[in-house]
Amino acid sequence: MIPEEVAKFIGKSGDTVIYEVERGAIKKYADAVDDPNPVYWDEEYARNSRYGSIIAPPGFFGWPAKWSRPGPTIIYLAELSEEVAAALAEAGYSRGLGAGIDFEFFCPVRAGDTLAATPRVIDIYERQGKTETLIIWIVETTYINQNGDLVAKARTTGINR
Amino acid sequence: MPEQLYWEDFEADSEITPLSKIATTRMLVKWAGAVGDFNPLHYEDTFAAAQGLGKPIVHGQLKRAWLVQLITDWIGEQGILKKFSCQFRASDYPRLMKTMGEHKDGETWWCKGKVTKKYIEGDAHCADCDIWVENGKGQKTTPGSATVILPSRNRAI
Repeated sequence: MIPEEVAKFIGKSGDTVIYEVERGAIKKYADAVDDPNPVYWDEEYARNSRYGSIIAPPGFFGWPAKWSRPGPTIIYLAELSEEVAAALAEAGYSRGLGAGIDFEFFCPVRAGDTLAATPRVIDIYERQGKTETLIIWIVETTYINQNGDLVAKARTTGINR
Repeated sequence: MPEQLYWEDFEADSEITPLSKIATTRMLVKWAGAVGDFNPLHYEDTFAAAQGLGKPIVHGQLKRAWLVQLITDWIGEQGILKKFSCQFRASDYPRLMKTMGEHKDGETWWCKGKVTKKYIEGDAHCADCDIWVENGKGQKTTPGSATVILPSRNRAI
């Protein structure tokens, strides 16, 4: 049985956060991955490509337009996710790890786009590990761009013990 | 950039062109700064040890980004990545730096994949793939899957 203080988050939606997708941020991301694909780097190449402009690598949604100082440990972690993590820690499940991610992509993310990201807790459940109980939790974030187009959905799975 | 891949160019069990990556402490610093993940699990020895992971580990999302590149390189500019999924099953540890610019010897990771299904859905020429990151010992630390849409030689997407 997952603790009530944790279970209450199931189905809960969080505040929408605005993300800005900037060319420089795209380059830093592509550099970190070590991906030389010119659609991320080269304005002229990108203009002549099917995209017409520089795009973000699938899975990069830019940076929040603002965040608190000094800011959360993971800047892109939704406040909702932080609340779930805090509730898990309170209940004794303080060691958390990212377990995986699922994306569905609907259209490209372009440099200059503004994305509205809205998180929702899809599920939280228990699983018996070898030596301890694990709690699995899944948050789905929906990204909509400035034109109202659905851009992507991302489901992040966390495992806490 | 290699030639554009078309749906007709591969079989239902073809291999995806492998992509090698070397995770270094420097790459992890770049990733942390590029996405805003400042979890000390990825840069502080004592913290990582206290979490039961031994030493700082490679960010799972960085391995995910490697796998996204595996696919985007393969499908080319005209290909579309529709769905992507991966699980962070085992920890990976970055190579240390030898000099300011060079990393030490150590393991090389390989991103690999294999087509599992080819199909047509309406106008879309699709393929499902299994993908994974293999560490230096050949262990699949990060398994996953992807669905792509490719141009067909018979008609444009």
